[in-house]
Amino acid sequence: MKITLNGRTMEAREGETILSAARRLGLDIPTLCHMEGLPPTGTCRVCVVEDRKTGKLIPSCSFPVSDGMDIATHSNQAVAARKTIIELLLASHPDDCLYCPGNGTCVLQRYAQELGVRQRSYSGARNRINLDVSSPSIIRDPEKCILCGRCVRVCSEVQGVSAIDFTGRGSSAQIGCAFNEGLNVSSCVNCGQCVMVCPTGALTERRDVDRVLKALDDPSMTVVVQHAPAVSVTLAEEFGIKPGSEIVDRMNAAFRRMGFDRVFPTSFSADLTVMEEAHELVQRVRSGGPFPMFTSCSPGWIKYLEEFFPQMLGNASTCKSPQQMMGAVIKRLWAPASGLDPRKVFSVSVMPCTAKKFEAARPEMGDGAPDVDAVITTRELAEMVRMFGIDISSLEGEEADSPFGERSSAGKLFGASGGVMEAAARTAYHMLTGENLKELRIEAVRGLDDVKETRLTIAGIELKLAVVSGLGNAGRLLRDIIDGKREYHFVEVMTCPGGCINGGGQPFLTDPERVRARMQSLYEIDRNATLRVAHENRSIAALYRDHLDEPGSGKAHHILHTTYSPREVLR
Amino acid sequence: MPVILDNCCGLCTHSPASPCPQAVECLSDGPLCHSDESCALKRESWKTAVSHSGKKTPVIFVGAGTCGLGAGAAATMVAIREFLEARSLECIMVEVGCIGLCAVEPIVDIELPGRPRVSFMEVTHDRVGVLLDSMLVRGEVPSKMALCQFPGSGEPWSGVPLFNEHPFFAPQTRWVLENCGIMDPVSLDEYMAEGGYRAFSTALRTLTPDQVCSIVEGSGLRGRGGGGFPTGRKWRFALNTPSGSKYVICNADEGDPGAFMDRAVIEGDPHRLIEGIAIASYAVGANNAYIYIRAEYPLAIRRLKVALEQAERNGLLGTNIFDSGFDLHIMIKMGAGAFVCGEETALIHSIEGQRGMPSPKPPFPAVSGLFGKPTVINNVETLANVPGIIRQGAEWFRSKGTPNSPGTKVFALSGKIANTGLIEVAMGISLDEILFGMGGGIPNGKAFKAVQIGGPSGGCIPAGHTDLLIDYESLGAFGAMMGSGGLVVMDEDTCMVDVAKFFMDFIQRESCGKCIPCREGTRRMLEILRAITRGYRDETPEQSLERFRGILNLERLGQVIRKTSLCGLGQTAPNPVLSTLRWFRDEYEAHIFERRCPAGVCTGLLTYSIDEEKCRGCTLCAKKCPSGAIKGARKSPHYIVTQECIGCGACLEVCPFGAVKVQ
Repeated sequence: MKITLNGRTMEAREGETILSAARRLGLDIPTLCHMEGLPPTGTCRVCVVEDRKTGKLIPSCSFPVSDGMDIATHSNQAVAARKTIIELLLASHPDDCLYCPGNGTCVLQRYAQELGVRQRSYSGARNRINLDVSSPSIIRDPEKCILCGRCVRVCSEVQGVSAIDFTGRGSSAQIGCAFNEGLNVSSCVNCGQCVMVCPTGALTERRDVDRVLKALDDPSMTVVVQHAPAVSVTLAEEFGIKPGSEIVDRMNAAFRRMGFDRVFPTSFSADLTVMEEAHELVQRVRSGGPFPMFTSCSPGWIKYLEEFFPQMLGNASTCKSPQQMMGAVIKRLWAPASGLDPRKVFSVSVMPCTAKKFEAARPEMGDGAPDVDAVITTRELAEMVRMFGIDISSLEGEEADSPFGERSSAGKLFGASGGVMEAAARTAYHMLTGENLKELRIEAVRGLDDVKETRLTIAGIELKLAVVSGLGNAGRLLRDIIDGKREYHFVEVMTCPGGCINGGGQPFLTDPERVRARMQSLYEIDRNATLRVAHENRSIAALYRDHLDEPGSGKAHHILHTTYSPREVLR
Repeated sequence: MPVILDNCCGLCTHSPASPCPQAVECLSDGPLCHSDESCALKRESWKTAVSHSGKKTPVIFVGAGTCGLGAGAAATMVAIREFLEARSLECIMVEVGCIGLCAVEPIVDIELPGRPRVSFMEVTHDRVGVLLDSMLVRGEVPSKMALCQFPGSGEPWSGVPLFNEHPFFAPQTRWVLENCGIMDPVSLDEYMAEGGYRAFSTALRTLTPDQVCSIVEGSGLRGRGGGGFPTGRKWRFALNTPSGSKYVICNADEGDPGAFMDRAVIEGDPHRLIEGIAIASYAVGANNAYIYIRAEYPLAIRRLKVALEQAERNGLLGTNIFDSGFDLHIMIKMGAGAFVCGEETALIHSIEGQRGMPSPKPPFPAVSGLFGKPTVINNVETLANVPGIIRQGAEWFRSKGTPNSPGTKVFALSGKIANTGLIEVAMGISLDEILFGMGGGIPNGKAFKAVQIGGPSGGCIPAGHTDLLIDYESLGAFGAMMGSGGLVVMDEDTCMVDVAKFFMDFIQRESCGKCIPCREGTRRMLEILRAITRGYRDETPEQSLERFRGILNLERLGQVIRKTSLCGLGQTAPNPVLSTLRWFRDEYEAHIFERRCPAGVCTGLLTYSIDEEKCRGCTLCAKKCPSGAIKGARKSPHYIVTQECIGCGACLEVCPFGAVKVQ
C-alpha cells in the first residue's frame, strides 16, 4: 500500500505503524514510551502526527498505516501539541538537570531542547515523593518519573518479575512497589533493565564511584580491580568509538592511570567457573542428576529462582559467579600468598550489571568481610575515566597483571548469552573424553534468540542443552520443564536479554544494533584466539596446583561454591 | 408455576437434558407438544396467579429502587406492615423499581380488588397511616397524595389523572423503562407473563446470528452509552471476526455525576437486560458474557444476581439453551469505582484482573478485546432496547425518533429542576419539552441558565438554545454530545466557572494517570480555574501574573488535551471548560478582570460591606469576624476593612438587621 508522509509517497507494509514507516524513511518522530518489539501502549502521546485528511492528531506509535493515508509528522499542529506535552511534563518535574544522573542522556531534556522549550509555562503543584534508596543496586526517584511505563513493561513483559507497577490515580499516579514498600523487599531481582529503558533520571544504579575513589586515595590500601568480559567490548561506546570495539588493553592502561594496583580480567575467573561448573556437570552426568543443571553466573537469575521457583534451587549449579570466584581468590588466596593483609586489599569489580552490586553484598559472599568491596557498572567506569581526564583513544594498551591476567576466549564468551554454555561444553567434553571438541564453536547457542537448544554427544552420552536469556523467557522455560514439556541436562540462564552485553549496567540507550555489535566482537575475539578452552589456561592450572587441588575438591568447594535459599518477598 | 424446564405433565416429552425449543412460548400458549385440557388450564391459572389484577386482596407496590429507599421507602414499608398487622388486614406487598419521578418519592401504588392501580407520592412513613386508612379502610383516594392512576379494569377513580395523561409521564415513550416501577423486578414469572424472553427464544429458533445482526442494524439502534456507534454494525464486526471464543460485555459502570439511568433499569427490570445480553451473545457467537457493574450499586447487583439465578435455573441461560446448541454463561464483575473503567478498553483490562487503564484503538475490542478475543461491549440501555427490537421488528423501533437517531433515550434529570427523576423520550424531542414540560421548569421562580448534558464529558446548553432537538446529530452539531443521559440543570444562582471547576476536579481525580495530556493537563487546567476563583486579597504580584498567564493557557491546553489524549475520558475532559468558555465567556471575564463572581458562588471573590442605614451597631458581626476586619463603636454603624476581610461570610449570617451586603 502507498502512504504519503510529509508530501513524499512511500510504500508501506500492511500492519505496520506510522512510526515504523516513518523511521524507514529516515524520519525521527519523538516518543517517550515506545519500545521496539513490544506492542504499543500509546502512553506518552508525544509521537502524535497530523492526519492531513481529517486534521486529527493520531499516535504514530500505535496507529496502523492504511492505503492512501496522508500524514504530516511535523506540522505546526503536531509540533505544538508535542511541545505542550513536554511542557506539561516539565511542569511537574524537578528543575535540577545539573544534579541529575540523567543529565546528558535524558530524553525528556533532549526533547525540551529540541522543541524549543525555554521557559516554565505552567507553574503549580508538583508531587513530592521520597527517593527509594532501599535497594543495593537501583535508586528510584519517583519525582523524576514521567510515567511512560517503560520500566513497568520491561519488568513484567520482558523479565516476568513485576516488581513495580502503576499505583494511585490521576495526578497522584506513580510507579511503585507492592504496598508502596521499597525495592529491597519487593520481587526486584536488581537486573537494571528498568534503568536501561528509563528516559529520565528516575531510575539509576546505586553509585559506588566515591567508595572506589576513597580507596584509591588511601595509600595503605591495595586496590585490585576485575572487569567483566562484556565491559571491554562496550566501554568504547561511551567515548564515541565504534560500537563493538574491543579496548581491553587500553582499559587496563586506564585502570593503572587511575591508580588501581592490580588489574585482572574476570574472564580468568570465568575460566575457573568453567572448570568447576563443567566438573559439576560431569559429576551429575555420572551420578544421574539432578537435571537440568542451571548455570549460576547471573545474580538476577539466582534471586529470581530463590523467589519464584524455590523448588528448583537444587538444580542450580553451586558455583559462585566469576565475580565472586575472583573476589574470593583475591582476598582469600592471592592476598595471603602475596604477603598482603586481606583487610588492606580493596577489591573492585567493574560489571555490565546492577545485580552484581546485590550479589557482592550477599552474606554468603564473604568470609567475615565481603570478598568484593565495590561493584561499579560500565557507566560508572566511564564516569571515572572522564573524571580522571583520561583520553581513552590515545592510550597505549597494556597487559593485565599476573597471576590472573591470562584468560581463554571461552571465559571471554561469558559476556554473551550462550557463552557459558559454549565454554562449559568445551571443557566438559574434554573432561569426559580427554580430547577437545573438533569444532569448538557451537553455533546453535550463539545469537540473540530468546531460547536456543542443541544436543551434544559426549562419550556416547547425548546431552540436551538449552540457553535462555531474559527472565520472562526463563520463567516460561522453567514452567515447561516443571510440566514435563521440556527436558534438558544443562541450561544456561542469563537475566538480561542477550546476556551481559545487554546488562543493566551498560551505557544508557543501548539498542539492538549495539548489542549485536558487542556480541560479534566477542565471537571475533574467540575466533582469533589461540587459547580457546579454559582447561588449557596455565594460570588456572597453577591456581589448582598451588591452592585448590583439583576441580570439585574440598578446598575448591570451600572457596568457589555457595548455597541458595528460598526468599520471601512482597509481590 | 414450576421451573420451565420441568415437564408440565406426564405427556410432555421434554426434560432438562433435552429441553423444549419452545419452552418460553409453551409457558403461556401451551401445551405445544401435546394437547391436554388440564395442562392448558394450569397455564391459565399461572397467568392469573402472576397477574396482580383480579386479586381478592389489595396489592401494595412500593417503589424500592435506590432512589426510593434513599427517600425513606424502607421505613415506609415497615410502617405499612405495622399498619396491616395492627388492623389484621390482608394485603400483598410488592417491591418494585423506580417509576422515574424521584422528586416525589417514596412512591406507593395501591390496587384495590376490581379498581385501577393508583400511584401515591411522598408516602413517607408518617403518611402511611393517612393513606392506608383512606384506601384500605374507607376505600377513598386521598386526592392530595395521588399521583396518577393506571389504565386497568374496573371503575376509574375520579379526580385522579390517568398515567398517560399525567404531564410527567404523558410525553414519554417508555420502552426501556416499560416495566420499571410497575413490575416486580425479581419475578421471572411476571416478566415472562408479559412476553419476556420471547425475543430470545424467537432469535434462537428462527433467526441466524447474521439475521439478528441485520435486524439490529436495520433498526438503527445506536450505542446509548454516549458514543452513539451503530450497535448492529459493532455486532457484525465481532460476528465476522473468526475466533474460537468471543465475549459480550454489558457496561454497567455508570459513573457520570448525576446519571442513574442504568441503575434504574437494572433495579427495575433486570430480566430485560439479561435477555438483551443473551440476544447479543447469540448474534455474535459469544458463549460467555460479563456484566461489569460498579460495586456502589449493591441493590442493582443483588437483583441482577437473583435474576441471573432464576434465568439459569429455568434454562434461559446455561448449556444447550432450548435445545438450540447455544450455550451462554453470564458473570457479574464488580468494578471498584474507577470512572475510567467505563471506557471499554480500561473495562476489559479490569475484567482481566489488570489495572483499569485504557489502551490504544485500533485494535478495536470487536477484533481483539477481552483476553484478546473479539468482544462486544454495549451499555445497559442499548442492550435493554434489543428484546423490543427483536420482538417487534426494526420498523417498529424506527417508528419513534429521527431517521438517524431512531428509538428512545432515557435521561436522568437532576440539579435545579422541579421534577428530578428519570424520563424516557423519543429522540428528536426538544430540550424545552424535557426541561419545562416533563421537568416542570426551574423551582423557586429562578431563571434557567444552562443544562449540562453528557456529564463530565459533555457540554452545556445555555438558555436561549433550549429549542435544540435531542438526537445525536443535532447535539453534535451544537458542540454538545448525547452522553449517557445525565441532564444537570443549572439556574441563575449557578456560577459557570464553578461548574467547570467541579467537573475538572472530578476528571482530574478520575484520570487513570496513564497518558500525559490527561494526567498533567487536567491538573493544570484545574489549577488555573482555582486561581481564577480564588480570593485575591493576599495575592502576590507573581501569583496574579501566573493567573493571567494561566488564562492564556486554558483554552490552548484544552485543545491539546482534547486532540492528543489516549481515551475518551481524556479527549472529552476539557469539554466542560471549553463549552462554558464558549457560552459564558463574560462570566470568566468577570472573574478574571473584575475579580467578581456574578452568581455570588465563588466565596473568595465576594466583597462584603455594611449598610450604614441598617446597621444598629449591635457588634455581633465584629465579634464573629475571624479576621478582625469589622470595626465600629457600639450603637454606631460598623464598617468592614476590605483588605482584612477574608470573605468568609460570617457577618452576613449573623447580622439580625440584614445590614451586610455582598457584591
